Parts: sequence; C-alpha cells; structure tokens
Amino acid sequence: MKKNVVILGAGTAGTMMANHLHKKLGKKANITLIDEAKEHYYQPGFLFIPFGIYEPKDVVKPIEKHLPKHARFVNEKVVNILPNENKVTTERGLNFQYDVLVIATGTHIAPEEIEGMAGEFWHKNIFDFYTFEGAVALHKALENFKGGKLVINIAEMPIKCPVAPLEFAFLADDYFVKRGIRDQVEIVYVTPLDGAFTKPKATQELTYLLKEKNIEIIPDFAIAEVDGANKKIKDYAGKEIGYDLLVAIPTNMGAEVFETTGLGDELNFVPTNKHTLQTEIAPNIFAIGDATNVPASKAGSVAHFEGEILLTNVLNYLDGKPLVTDFDGHANCFIETGKGKALLIDFNYNQEPVKGTFPIAGIGPLKLLEESKLNHMGKMAFKWIYWNLLIPGRHIPMVTPRMTLKGKKI
Amino acid sequence: METLENIKLNPEGYLTDFSQWTPEVGNNIAREEGIEMTDDHWKVIHYLQDQYKQEVPLSIRKVGKSGVVTIKEFYALFPQGPLKISSRIAGIPKPASCI
Repeated sequence: MKKNVVILGAGTAGTMMANHLHKKLGKKANITLIDEAKEHYYQPGFLFIPFGIYEPKDVVKPIEKHLPKHARFVNEKVVNILPNENKVTTERGLNFQYDVLVIATGTHIAPEEIEGMAGEFWHKNIFDFYTFEGAVALHKALENFKGGKLVINIAEMPIKCPVAPLEFAFLADDYFVKRGIRDQVEIVYVTPLDGAFTKPKATQELTYLLKEKNIEIIPDFAIAEVDGANKKIKDYAGKEIGYDLLVAIPTNMGAEVFETTGLGDELNFVPTNKHTLQTEIAPNIFAIGDATNVPASKAGSVAHFEGEILLTNVLNYLDGKPLVTDFDGHANCFIETGKGKALLIDFNYNQEPVKGTFPIAGIGPLKLLEESKLNHMGKMAFKWIYWNLLIPGRHIPMVTPRMTLKGKKI
Repeated sequence: METLENIKLNPEGYLTDFSQWTPEVGNNIAREEGIEMTDDHWKVIHYLQDQYKQEVPLSIRKVGKSGVVTIKEFYALFPQGPLKISSRIAGIPKPASCI
C-alpha cells in the first residue's frame, strides 16, 4: 500500500525533503506539503537587500515551482497535530493522515515578545532584516539615513543564522563608507552574550575586524524593553542605550501550532533527537532545520546536512530498520565582512570553527576563518547552488553531511 | 572542605567536565563570585543543569519563562551577568554563539 508522507512547511528544509523523498520513494508514497505561504524566499539574500546589493525580486520564487511534480501542495495553515491519530488539521478544517510526518516549520521573529518593540515605531525607526518586508523597509530607511547612531541588537539566543547580525554590522560599515558619511555614523553592536565572538579561536582570529571597522560592542545586554518615544533600549539590569536607527533581531520562535498543542518547548521548538532527527513526540514524527531544538545553528547549511541523514531515517523507519545516528551538528557558513570579502566557517556539535582549507584539505580553494575575495565569490555563487542543488535535493560536490577534520588546523 | 584544586576549569573558570560537579564545587565557585547560596539560588542551578543535560540552549529570557524565577529575580540572585555566573556555579559551559 502507498505510504502517506506529510511535510509541514515548504521552506528550505521542507522543499528539499519533498525532493529527496520523491526521488527515493517515487510512486510508493504520496507526498503532501502544507504551508500557509505561497512564496519561497532565498533567505540568505535578506542580508543584502537593505544595502541594495540584491533587489527584492532576486530572492523570491513561487513555492510550487520547486516541488516534485507528483507532490501535493496545500496552501493552508496547520492548526492541530494529533500524534495518537496520525493526523494533522488545517485552519479550514481539512484533515491529513500520515504514516510519517516531517516537521519543517522553521522559525520566525517574534518582536511582540519584547515590550515596546512591535508597536508604533516598528518599521518606522525599528527594523528587522529577517523578513522580506523588514529587509525592504530597512533598505529605504538606510537610504534616508543621514547620520547618527545605528544600533544592532540581538534579543536572545538562539537566532536563525547567528552570524547574520555581525555580517549586517560589517556591511553597514562598508555601505556608509561608500556613501561618504561613515564619520557621521556610529555603529553599535549590542549582544546578550559576552562578546561578538564567544568561541576562543574565532575571538583570537576575528577581533581585529571590529577594531578595523570601528564597530563598538556592548556585551551582556539582555533587552527588557524598547522605549520607542525616547529612542532607547533598556535591559533587565537597568542599562539604557539610545539609538537613531534600531536594527532588531527579536526573539526567534517556532510555529504557533507547537504552542497551542503543547508539543514544543518554551520557544515552540520541537524536542528532537540531535543525532537521528526523530522527535520525542512519536516514532513516526521527524523534524529538520530551524524547527528543531537540536543544539546546532539554525541555518540552511544545517538543514542541508540534516536532509541526507533524515532521508535515510525516514526510509529506515518505513522499512522497519533501525535509525542511523549520523547527524553531528555540521554547519558551514559564509560570513560577509564587507569590501568584497568574506570568511568561511565549518564546524559541528564538538568542533569549534578553526583555520584551514575547504572543501579540499590543503588546497581549498576556500579558506576557513580567514577573509578572502574568493570566499565572497563563494557566498555570491551560493544563490545558484541553493536553487539548483540544495532545495532540489542534489548532492553538493565534495561537501559531506558529516563534518571532516581534514584540512582543519586543530 | 573540598576546594577547586582537583577540578578541571577552562581559562574563564568554567568546569570542562560536568561530572566533576558537586554542590560543594558549586558553593566554592559561588563564594568566588561573592554569592551566598540560598534555596532560591539552588532552584535556578538545578533548572540550568536539567536543561544542560537535555542539551537545551539557554538564555536569560528562557530562564525567565521557566517558572523557576522571573528575570528580575534572576538578576537579584546573580547580579552582573546572571546567566554567565549561574552557569559557572552550575558547572555547565558558558552560553555561546556559533563563532
């Protein structure tokens, strides 16, 4: 009998899994994707929109264009998950039975979690760049910015793409230099952690970047509220920081359905085995990407590496075989540092980012934890890789799901 | 009384091996931080250790939502960096970003 595989979420992870599963299962399964959105965004591109490096049209395509032909796409919001009945329900009352459920609902920003943030000043002089609308609105605000204090604030961890706020600071420096007003702009990076870099090797290698770009760091700041009328952010210890333009990275949360069903944690992330990607909800429910609570970065590369392992485990589950415990927390991220350069980091649950070469040991051509123009070209080429290799579920040459120590200077 | 002499610490004073942690070790670190431990302090420490064992990443707001303490109480218990200091006393790693 045909198996029913239901995937919640048609973003990076969900689309990729639909393609992976379709290739392996073909007509042996009905694949259904449910997502309330119609558009698929190339989210790494959101970083470039505020600076006019990408146009809005560069980052958006219809979801359906990237799904396998025989997959069914349901453009609806999921409002209930019933693990005992193997069933999910949508807002308009449709029910979907599943043999295997894959949760790929991602994470979103929740500015309403911070007092005073989502109010009348939201997208007026407080912006995010983690949404399409936010990035586009911030582009206009930056164009109109004549000088003053630009504050970049991370509310709390974990956040999607943890290096993006730092990249934003570096690109802002570059942007104002090019506009000839850098001397009139103060760039302040405010973080709840005890520094912009918190891993020893990265701190040692990268601290110079902040000095070189004249970016001030304010650590240990846990934001309690935004006083929009007086243009100030305040923390729980009573510290206050004024701003002219606030670029906020609000609390990140998982999908609402994990709050209403009680299946998620405090931030609505799904309790998931960090090596098998099976959830703690039920043996036939798996999760991938930003939606899980695994202690890996919330990033597209992580979803990509998880994808090949999750594919094996869904197939093993359907065949009654034991699951593989292969996921090691592997992440691989380009970090834009401005002026046409970028860094590359490659790490996992146990190995912090270090110097070295990637993907070929000793040769590269990309360098780890070091700025280079080639790394920047790698980041720019990644958009093509994303649409043509990553979400179609094709293997990226020479890049393995498990992290390799080869080429790394430990 | 047990001291911190045989306990493996990283350069920032955090335990590198959680299995070496005992309440005595926690007390000694707290003393170094100038904190006199009470039942309320221990409730927070046990919550943090519980989350750590489940490999759940921690943040100040998350502790505030835990039902164990409010964020205000958390600051009152461990002034000047509540999560950093309480993590050290709990014998768990310092909260980190990815780089």
